[in-house]
Parts: sequence; C-alpha cells; structure tokens
Amino acid sequence: MRLISRPLATALALAATAVACSAAHSGPARVAAEQGAREQTADEQVKQALNRLAFGARPGDVERVRAMGVDKWIALQLSPQKIDDRPTEQFVSRFPTLAMSPAKLLEDYPQPQQQLRDSVKLKEARRLSQQLLTEMQTAKVARAVMSDRQLEEVMVDFWENHFTVFAGKGPERYYLSQYERESIRPHALGKFRDLLGAVAKSPAMLYYLDNWESTVEADRPALVTRANRGAGNARRRFTMARAAAARDTTKKPRTRGLNENYGRELLELHTLGVDGGYSQADVLSAARAFTGWTVEKPRENGTFVFRPALHDAGEKIFLGHTLAANRGIEDGEQVLDIVATQPATARFIASKLVRRFVSDSVPPALVDRVAATFTRTDGDIRACLRTIFTSPEFFSRAAYKAKVKSPYELVVSALRAVGAHPDSTPRTAQMIAKLGEPLYGHLAPNGYPERGDAWINTGAILARINFGLLVATGRVPGASLAEWTDGHELASLSRDAQVDGVIKAILGGEASPDTRRVLESGINPMAGDSTANATKHGGLETIVGLALGAPEFQRR
Amino acid sequence: MQRRVFLKSGALALVTMGLSPTFLRRMVYAQGMPTPQKGKVLICLFQRGAADALNIVVPHGDASYYALRPSIAIARPGSADGAIDLDGFFGLHPAMAPLKPLWDRGLVAPVHAVGSPSSTRSHFDAQDYMESGTPDVKGTPDGWLNRFLATKGTCAECAVPASPFRAVAFAQQTPRIMEGPAPTIAMSSLDDFTIRATGSDVQRLEALYRTGSADLIHGAGAETFDAVKMLKAANPQRYAVEHEAQYPKSPFGQSLRQIAQLVKAEVGLEIAFADVGGWDTHVNQGGATGQLANRLGDFAQSIAALVTDLGDRMDDVVIMTMSEFGRMAKQNGNGGTDHGHAGALFVIGGHVRGHQVHGRWPGLAPEQLNEGRDLALTTDFRTVFSEVVRRHLGMARTDALFPGFTSVATAGVM
Repeated sequence: MRLISRPLATALALAATAVACSAAHSGPARVAAEQGAREQTADEQVKQALNRLAFGARPGDVERVRAMGVDKWIALQLSPQKIDDRPTEQFVSRFPTLAMSPAKLLEDYPQPQQQLRDSVKLKEARRLSQQLLTEMQTAKVARAVMSDRQLEEVMVDFWENHFTVFAGKGPERYYLSQYERESIRPHALGKFRDLLGAVAKSPAMLYYLDNWESTVEADRPALVTRANRGAGNARRRFTMARAAAARDTTKKPRTRGLNENYGRELLELHTLGVDGGYSQADVLSAARAFTGWTVEKPRENGTFVFRPALHDAGEKIFLGHTLAANRGIEDGEQVLDIVATQPATARFIASKLVRRFVSDSVPPALVDRVAATFTRTDGDIRACLRTIFTSPEFFSRAAYKAKVKSPYELVVSALRAVGAHPDSTPRTAQMIAKLGEPLYGHLAPNGYPERGDAWINTGAILARINFGLLVATGRVPGASLAEWTDGHELASLSRDAQVDGVIKAILGGEASPDTRRVLESGINPMAGDSTANATKHGGLETIVGLALGAPEFQRR
Repeated sequence: MQRRVFLKSGALALVTMGLSPTFLRRMVYAQGMPTPQKGKVLICLFQRGAADALNIVVPHGDASYYALRPSIAIARPGSADGAIDLDGFFGLHPAMAPLKPLWDRGLVAPVHAVGSPSSTRSHFDAQDYMESGTPDVKGTPDGWLNRFLATKGTCAECAVPASPFRAVAFAQQTPRIMEGPAPTIAMSSLDDFTIRATGSDVQRLEALYRTGSADLIHGAGAETFDAVKMLKAANPQRYAVEHEAQYPKSPFGQSLRQIAQLVKAEVGLEIAFADVGGWDTHVNQGGATGQLANRLGDFAQSIAALVTDLGDRMDDVVIMTMSEFGRMAKQNGNGGTDHGHAGALFVIGGHVRGHQVHGRWPGLAPEQLNEGRDLALTTDFRTVFSEVVRRHLGMARTDALFPGFTSVATAGVM
C-alpha cells in the first residue's frame, strides 16, 4: 500500500518547475482563452486527464490533480523525467530479464528447440522461455498500475501497439525487453524519426517483419564490399553473400532473395497509412533499400548489423526520390527520412493519437492541427500531445467518457481504482489475455484496435463482468478490499454511504440513477421486485463487484 | 453504428415494457423478405494470413507449377509425399488427406483461382474487403454476413423469439464479417459463456444493463443476459462427439467441436464463424511436411471431424472456407511465398456439387500470371458467396449483401 498511495511530495516539488516552463510557453492570455473554450467542468477536466493521460484514478488522485491544477499536472506528465519513479523501478527490478541483452538472454535462457534431445532440459527450457514473456507482461501491467509517469506508460503502450511485434514468432521474446527498453521507451515522447529509426534497427522488428532475411535478388548487383571488391564476377559476389547469409543462422543455410514484408508495413502501418499515396513499386524500392539490415546470429547474439554483401546496390526510385546506386545503409536511412517527413505520415500519426486520446470519432480540425504540429516540430511527439491536451476538443462534452476501455485499460484501471498493489505473478496478465488482449500477443502487424466497437460484444461484456467479480472477491493478486483505504473506511458505514463511497471511488462519482438504485437496494427493475430483494445483498464486496461490472466502468 | 444503436434502444424500450424484442426485429427486418427456410446453417471459416492455394489444391498437371517452386512444390501423385490426386490435374496437399474421404462421398467442392478482384496485397485491406463484401470500397460499415442477418429477417413463422445464437463467432472479438446492426455473439468457448456470480447478483448485474440506455455497451449487455439464459437452458455441452469424430486439440478444432454442439442443440444457429491464423508463410513454408503442412493438418482434421460429427445433419449445413488472397506463384528467396492474388476455397456440405474442382484454371505460364507473378483470378469470391447464400440459405436476391456486384457467371458449386 505504501508504494502506491505515497504522497506525491517529490512530484509536486518538481511540478513547480514544470509549471514555470509551461507558463513561459503559452502565456496567461492564451491559457485563459483555451480554458474558456472548455465545455467540461473543472471536475470533469480532472477526471478526463486521469482517464486519458493515465490509466484511471487511484485513491486520492482526483484530489491531488485538482490541488495541483489540471494543466500543471498535464505539463508534468509531458515531462516524465521530472517525476520520481524509483518505487516502480524498484518493483520491476525483481524481474531480471528486463535489463538483459538478447545475447545474454539467449545464453542464459536456452531455447526449447535447442534442447529437443533431452526431455528434462526441454521442459526446463520451455519454462524459462515462457518466463521471458511473462516477466515482460507482468512488468508492463505493474508499471501501468503503479507508475507516476502515467503518460509515459500510456505512450509506451501506444507505440508498442503501433510498432507491434508478436512474441510467439521464433526467438522474438528474447528481443522483447531490449525492444521496449531501448527502441520504444526512450523515444515514446521524443522525435518520431528517432523512434522510427530505433524500431527499424531493432532485432524485434527486423525479425518480426522478416527483414533480417531479405537480401538482394540473385540477378541484381550486391553492394561491393572490401572483402570482395574487384574479386570478380557477380557469381562470386553471390556466393560470398550467400555464405554470409548462412553464417547468420544456426540452422541450415537459407536461400536468399527479397522479402517485402517490412517494406510494405513500414509504409502501410508505421508511417504513411494505407491510403498514403504509395505504389507497389515504392514498396519494392523500400524493401530493396533495407536489404542488408539484418540480425547478427538471431539465436545466439541478436544484434542489429548492416551487411553490405546482402545489400541491393542498384539505383532505387522511392516516392519520387532517387536513391543513387552503390550506397549502403544510407538507403534505408533515407527511406526513413523521406517517410518521416511526408504529410501523409503527419496525418496518419496525428489521427491515431487523436483517436487514442480524444474519441473514436476523430475531430478532423484537431487532426489538422496535430498534423501541423507534427510537421512544424519535425515530428516532436511531445508537442503533438500538447496540441491535443490543450485543445477544446480534448475538453469537449463529446469527448468526455467517449472512449471504451480496452481489456488492458479495463484491468489496470480497476486495479488502480481499488488501490491494488502491482501483481508480481503472471495472473493479472493472464486475465487481460482472457479478455481478448494478450500482451505482446497480437499476431498481425496492425496491432490491437483502437475503436470501442471492436472490443464490445456479447462475449466481451460477459468476460468484463466476470473480471469485476474476481477483483471484488479478492481473487486478483494484489487487490484486496481489506487493504483498500476507501474500502477500510466504508466497511463500517451504512449501505447508502457505502454506495456513495464506491460510486465516488470507482465510478468517479458518476453513476446513472438506475445504476445507483441497483447498487443501493438490489432492486431489479426487470423482475419488478421493488422491495423484496432490498437490503438483502449486504457486503461491500458485492457493491464493488457490481460497480466494476457496470456499464459506466467500461468507459473512460 | 447509428442504426445498431437505434435498433437496440428500440428493442430495449420494449423489453423494459415487458414485450419481446422479437416483435420489433421482425417488424424492422422482415418486410418484403422471402420466407426463410428453417434449420439451414452456414459455417464460415477464415484462413487469416493468405493461405497458399497452389500448395493446398495442387495443380500437379500444370508443368509451370514445378518450375515456379523448385524446393516447395508438392510432388505429383504417386511419388513419395505426392499430392492426393483429385481429377488427374489437381490434387490435395498430403496433409489434407482427412478431406479425401469426404471428396469421395461428393461432399467437397473446391473452387480454384477464386478471390477478390482488388489488387491489394495488404492482409488487412484484403480481409476487410472479403469480410465487408465490397472489394476496393473502404468504410463499408458492416460485414456481409451481418447484412445477410439483417435483410433476411427472423423466422416469421416461428413462434419462438429470435435466437440470440442466430450468429455465433468463436472469437474474442466480433469479426468484421459479422459486424453490423443485427445482433451476433462472439465467444471464446461455450464454457466461458456464463456469469460467475450467485443468482441474485446476476439479476442485479443484468439490471445495470437493462436501463433503457441506448449506447453500445448497454445494448451488448442486454443481449448478453438474454443469451446466457438461453444457453443455460439449451445446454449444448451435453451433446457428445458422434461417429467417433476426432477433433484436434487445437483452438480451431475445439471451436469446430463447439459449433457442432450448437448445431445439435438447435439453438437457432444460422451462421457460425471461426478463424485460424498462421498462413502468412513468407519463410520456410515447407513442402509435403513443415510449416504449411502442419497448419493444413490441423485445418483438414478439424473440418473432417466436424463433418463426421454432424453426420446426416450435413444435409442442412454448408461449410465455406476463405482466405484474403493467395500467395505468389513463384517461391521467394526464403523458401516461402510472398503475397499474391487469386486463391482457393472449399464449399463442403450435403448438397454441394462435389467431386469436382470448380473455377476456370488460368494456367501458370509466365504470360498467364497476374502481374507476371501470381495466380490470375477467374472467379470473384462474391460469385461463390452469393450462390451459397441463394441456394443454401434460400435468399432470393443478394444485391444487398454485395452492393454494386452483379454476378454474370455462376460458380456452380451448389
């Protein structure tokens, strides 16, 4: 309990600095004008911020943000380095694999397929390999539940979904912790081009979208390297390149050739969007530009390497730009430069951010402004977010409670609402998987849907209700109503007071009259039993279970 | 979404007044619709990731096939690990052996060189087009199976209310093909389809969703409680596997086992859906054995078990498979295949024109390939889908299902 309900003294002290900075940026007059355009009440703005920049409110959060001022809190969240998050780091440090390199993991956590001859070793290898994934999942949930750098966690999740990889593919899980630690997290609020470049060179993405195996076609010239410069004909280069490719893997040598997978998804899903104005020829050029971007010994070492001998040295035309012949890694870098600055990319990223933070019905004017910020600031993600968080659309009536929680958001917000300790076991992550969103488990490169209607169906409602009941009855590790401060206080009060307390703590003080009536008395309007069941259903547990399963809690 | 909300809210208002929502549904849906045939079931199975049709229904009689695929081709029938011959020209992948007895009984009608006329090579677009039923038109709000449910209407002659189990997807999320205004159910398994609380708390949870609010969540919640009650009463889990059918333990096999239970329990199932991934074989797809063979083994065993289990009930059932597009005719540099164009599908049932491979074969010679690289398209998927809907589900006109599409040809599968 101490870990997560601790006072935000440090954060508050640091916030003063952040406030000074943000005031200098915007000026009092502009702040006043923006606030004038806000349709939400002051109280709603606090909850909106906690529901969008964070995974919902923990006990006391609403009061803290209100005391600080919502704009100051937003400014602070936009500068996560100013927030002391040592308790979170301390908690996740119990998972040793999170800090390890792929090479170290591949050494210490032998892959099951290398132990096929020994059933005991195989069983142990399977367990260890599963542990890699569960530690990642468990840490992700724990950070979301307890970290004070909430916006950073939201953005890490956003980019991990935008640049999704699938943990079940080959040795992918050995690359996951490095992917989050080095490719995603450092750039989550940084420059888009840096993020894109870090992802493009990550073993996780190179492996997931097959680029590590993509090489110059046999009938095209490979980039001449020092090793084979002047050494003869194309046949010789082919043989050497093939040998180099063969050394990349512990398995039998693979045949070589172009693989378009990364080239296509880079354009369709990572940058321009499917309607971003590119052709099949551009996909081919992109794929050719990235030949030679590969992974050194994927099952032993797992680091990025550029292999000139595998690179297509021919001239390429990409989106109207000519990539001159006989260049190396610059080809791929230039493709990234080009796509990162395309207006289509600015719009695509802007609309995804707006959909995530504002509404499934994306306000076009806001997308225009966020895209303009993206272009003006050279793809500064923090600046784009600031444009969203200071917009009238973000604080509009239409955007309030407009988003349906994804399973991950539902689970984390429930645990935060009841002041749960982060779960150090895989149990919570398994529940999220059962609700339809296995973490790092989306097979296809489009990531999980951002639209609410994709998550809501008959079976999903059932699973969500059942999850709420598990939390309320203490069957989720870390969540205990007895340890919940509000719960402790409410336990001895009258039922009416308990209902008020639960509505305030879990539903943000907002419940429809119907919901309140059901929570208060157990009246079932369907059965017409206006009094029969009243007062029979005692127990805070029941009220909490009903509140977590209520329609209101499915929204944020 | 608007229409869905309207219908749900209307239905809910009637529910709170104590009236059956069936009345409303019938009123909205059933005007001018043909009388539906009772008891027909269509089971759609989606192979997500673009299944490699050329190694599934193998054109062993086309010499170009072997030239295009030096290391991954399926050998000619008669050789070790060779294709299972169907008609002297086509053969099944050896891992598809469980379907051969069904072929021999005339229950299996493969269609080759079939697919979407869209030239997209994007999985997501192509799946979207096949599920919306509108190739190259994005933003179609609903899936074609949902449009079938919405336009065909409920059983006008039936005294019982419309079943919430009219359309069931074994999936965590409602698939695109079933999205739309008509109610559908998505579930991961029959056993999970229950509220884990005591009776009175279940009632109170139900009350939270029966407030008359018109939004998506209340609407889905109200449907949920209807469905839970009905499933509990029907108890499909009590139906054992029959005729010694052997379902694989895989998620796909288990989904099909439960579809059979829903059919047997007569809960009003008309449309069932399941999907299976793992077909995006860019790397090391293998030949007679390997990655694709493993996927096909699970696929074929699951379908064969379903047909065996349902026995005579197959007279009223059609199983239709689909995949968003085929893969390149030529193998790639990684012992796999990249995204292609036309593919193959299977229509399986008691009344299909089985024991023949349908669709005109375009050939695999260089000049016959689509864009010089893929199997060319000779049958639009909508030709097959609409034929199955007309002949099997008894819908006279399918214009509303596939807007803008007029099928000049018939596929001849039914």
